[in-house]
Amino acid sequence: MTQITRDDVLHLAQLSSLKLDDNEIDGLRTDISNILGYVEKLGELDTSGVEPTYQVTGLENVWRDDSVIDYGVNRDDLLAIAPESTNNQVKVPKVL
Amino acid sequence: MTTISDIKKQIENSSARAVVENAIKLSKDNDEYHAILNLTEERALARADDVDAGKTTGKLAGVPFVVKDNFLAFGAPTTAASKMLEKFNAPLQATAVEKLEAEGAICIGKANLDAFAHGGSTENSAFGPTKNAIDPTRVSGGSSGGSAVVTALNIVPFALGTDTGGSIRQPASFNGVVGVKPTYGTVSRYGVVAMASSTDTIGSLTSNVTDAEFVMDIIAGRDIRDMTTLPDFFQVQPETKQAQKIGLIKEFMADGVDTDVRNCINQYADQLRAAGHTVEEVELPMIEYALAIYYIIVPAEISSNLARFDGIRYGHRAEGVKTLAELYGKTRDEGFVTENKRRIMIGSYVLSSGFFDAYYLQAQKARTLLINQFNELFSKYDALIGPVAPTTAFKLGDNTSDPIKMYLEDIMTVPASLAGLPAISVPAGFDKSGLPIGVQLIGPRQSDAALLSLARSMEIK
Repeated sequence: MTQITRDDVLHLAQLSSLKLDDNEIDGLRTDISNILGYVEKLGELDTSGVEPTYQVTGLENVWRDDSVIDYGVNRDDLLAIAPESTNNQVKVPKVL
Repeated sequence: MTTISDIKKQIENSSARAVVENAIKLSKDNDEYHAILNLTEERALARADDVDAGKTTGKLAGVPFVVKDNFLAFGAPTTAASKMLEKFNAPLQATAVEKLEAEGAICIGKANLDAFAHGGSTENSAFGPTKNAIDPTRVSGGSSGGSAVVTALNIVPFALGTDTGGSIRQPASFNGVVGVKPTYGTVSRYGVVAMASSTDTIGSLTSNVTDAEFVMDIIAGRDIRDMTTLPDFFQVQPETKQAQKIGLIKEFMADGVDTDVRNCINQYADQLRAAGHTVEEVELPMIEYALAIYYIIVPAEISSNLARFDGIRYGHRAEGVKTLAELYGKTRDEGFVTENKRRIMIGSYVLSSGFFDAYYLQAQKARTLLINQFNELFSKYDALIGPVAPTTAFKLGDNTSDPIKMYLEDIMTVPASLAGLPAISVPAGFDKSGLPIGVQLIGPRQSDAALLSLARSMEIK
């Protein structure tokens, strides 16, 4: 049974770009340990020679024309939803 | 219950404006259920006036509906029931919404859900839970809880939801409405907040099967903006195939399943037999592993899909940060609920190097074994039946402390999701306390119309 340590939780949070509150860490440690413990039952299955399924409807790669698809949105629409923008660009806070 | 044809008659006898005003009034009167996060009142009334003026026409001209608030739609923010998108006004509308509007339907509001559709009770909404339409001390189910409750309360004749692992079927069962999770790829997901791309589907919640067929017929079809969509195969089947062979899934009728639920499903099986169909018990042993497969694959896809919420281009952005890592971390801390974080972190874990083969790859292989068992059954049977959930609607707060207990609610709905199969939830009866019980009908891929036809033929008129 997988036991997740406090450091593991912090490492996963870092991988996931998540800051955690101190009071969340212990709860998540227990929950994630339990969930991983549950899903480990798949280890019982013999899957040698079985192809993994990544999609279910038999999709295949296809070529399409290299032409612009009209998504009904323009640059101004997209800039309007950014938290901040200036000179037709998304503005971000100084972080260096 | 109020059907689409009832509403159309009301529009003929009064006006689209009167009908839409009434739907908005009903949703305000039923505020205590917290089924709707934001109304799209102004836009809805303007569209109703267009219908009355003859400027907007179509098969659903003036008919009000509600969308789950993970569909991009104009007239109110699209929040996904999260702080991350609390003030996000979408610059475009989901294809499914556009298709309904092209037929004159009028969206009156955005329904509550578990934040980012992560949950089975709508208790994970950042804005508070939706209450069950039959017993407000109980959960609405989820994640499309709000969509099920507005339909059950007759506020609107239909609502749209999303179903990744049961999120349409289970709330439909808990509130006594019809819920359709179509074959993977039936309805375009363009403009819908992504959760787990290999199982995300869009479907309807309605008061009866005829309305489900009507709505699915409109929203189904290929969309170049969602490359997983299939060419439109959905065609309503007015005549139901006679003498079908139906399998009753044995593993779904085990001891842990509520007795009232089992009795109700057995009665439905008897009604199918009385209607000339054959019902036999069938085994699907891989079902034992379905939930474990689901809770590896889905968090993996969630961790990837939710990486886009970084506070840069849209949505919430945290204030008072000094580094880029802090900006991401604080934005995502403030924007996500704990269940979002839990799933993202599990996804990060199962995808990380060293663990990938043991978890993610093994789950994708196990998924193949599950699909093979379904295929084998569908070589002999037209459809499979069983319950939608092991219980009827549980009390608010009962399952919130233990995520695994909550995940077990999905045990009967995730198998069809993993295999991309159509599955519908149809009201089949009530338990001793008067709570609705749904029966689940599962068919082979692209048998959606046949499955609905069978369900319609069994409906109590």
